[in-house]
Amino acid sequence: MEEKVYTVREVTRLIKKIIEQGIGFLWVRGEISNFKAHPSGHFYFSLKDEFSQLSCVMFREENRKILFKPENGMELNTYGRIGLYEKQGVYQLYVYDMKPVGIGDLALRFEELKKKLKEEGLFDKEHKKPLPDFPLKIGVITASSGAAIQDILNILSRRAPYIEVIIKPVRVQGEGAAQELAEAMKEFNEYKDVDLLIVGRGGGSIEDLWAFNEEIVARAIYLSEIPVVSAVGHEIDFTISDFVADLRAPTPSAAAELAVRDKKEILDGINHLLQTMKRLLFSNFEQKSEKLKSLTKRYGIARVIDMIRERKQMVDEYERRVISKVSYLYSIKLQIQDGLYKRLNGLDPSAVLGRGYSITRRIPEMKIVSSIKDINLYDRLSIEFVDGKVRTIVDKKNLRTTEDSETKEKKTKNNINSD
Amino acid sequence: MTLNEKFDNILNMKEKEMTFETALKRLEEIVTSLEKGDVSLEDAINLFEEGIHTAEICKAQLESAEKRIKELIKNSDGTFSLSDFQFDVK
Repeated sequence: MEEKVYTVREVTRLIKKIIEQGIGFLWVRGEISNFKAHPSGHFYFSLKDEFSQLSCVMFREENRKILFKPENGMELNTYGRIGLYEKQGVYQLYVYDMKPVGIGDLALRFEELKKKLKEEGLFDKEHKKPLPDFPLKIGVITASSGAAIQDILNILSRRAPYIEVIIKPVRVQGEGAAQELAEAMKEFNEYKDVDLLIVGRGGGSIEDLWAFNEEIVARAIYLSEIPVVSAVGHEIDFTISDFVADLRAPTPSAAAELAVRDKKEILDGINHLLQTMKRLLFSNFEQKSEKLKSLTKRYGIARVIDMIRERKQMVDEYERRVISKVSYLYSIKLQIQDGLYKRLNGLDPSAVLGRGYSITRRIPEMKIVSSIKDINLYDRLSIEFVDGKVRTIVDKKNLRTTEDSETKEKKTKNNINSD
Repeated sequence: MTLNEKFDNILNMKEKEMTFETALKRLEEIVTSLEKGDVSLEDAINLFEEGIHTAEICKAQLESAEKRIKELIKNSDGTFSLSDFQFDVK
């Protein structure tokens, strides 16, 4: 009878069954090595001691719950079950929970303190103070060396050089760090003259950051009357201080960014307000002058203005009329004067005689003769000249026709004799 | 308080007492008053002048600071003093 031949798969299944049913869940203690956080979110690592090594896997669903970052060299207590990965035929520990060993089980202390302070209301939103809109003075509590203070000062000098920074250098890790942090918080609250506090440090291990998980620091932050921004480690690091602070910044640089307003942004804001103000004042002017315009257009006002214009026109009219009247009167006066003078002159017969005329009278009655019809042939006439008289006898008489009026005159003249 | 009295109050304030934040708020108030539009021309001009003055105060505060970095020191008698901060280069 031939012995049964198993397939690889069948053997693997057999072993799997024996291991998984025979061992079950257990706690394993060891040091982490070959730690890999796979992009899928699963952890792959080994636990080792001085004699042996055990492959471990911790799936994403489980490792999300742990509160520290596993690192090579870290001593752990892990809880899980031994299983067999059929495809490669290897056994490994499927980890469901892990706790660091040696440093007093920090994760547990963290959870306990968090729970206690939360129940006391230290994390309540109602207790959080608003940050000032425009801080001018900022207190910084951190180590005087290291990246945190450099990062904070760099950001402030770039975005907000108008900020006054007051630093309280403290130890941020190791023995006494928590006391120094709490004391610094108290000092700033005595000093009072800062608008807000930034408390933090750069990144590090859970042990490095531990001071920020101490109760004394948490309570000091809670008691601060000055708003507190916490800035501990990197984005993924959460500490008790972060829960108590009025604002949690993911990093020290971010704390500086969040705390202050950009200088340019404020200046733009002020200039915008000034522009708005100018525009409003101008439109106020416009409004008022529009009002004035529309008032003058209203009938009542327009009537008054018309009346003024009418009056003015009338005045012009009167003026024109007066002037023309006066000048008319004046010209008449001149005419009258002139005419009078002439007429007065004409009345003096001697003046007429002086121009060559003479006065003829008929003798004997000495009546002035003005027509030849009043004269008969052989009448005697007295002719008066400007400078004397003659007597003459009419020896010829011609009633004037146009052509012979001259001969008659000649004739008359010829008969003149001295008187 | 009439507007002119308010104006005088602001002008008489020592610039120190007028914090940056109050000055900025005042500037916003002024703009709001002008926006309402029911301000007389005289008041509008007064507000405008006050606004210019307030903006100058704000700008002066923003420009004034040469880089001031101090260290807070608590003296043995409980008082405080500020000294120049020295980077601790390790």
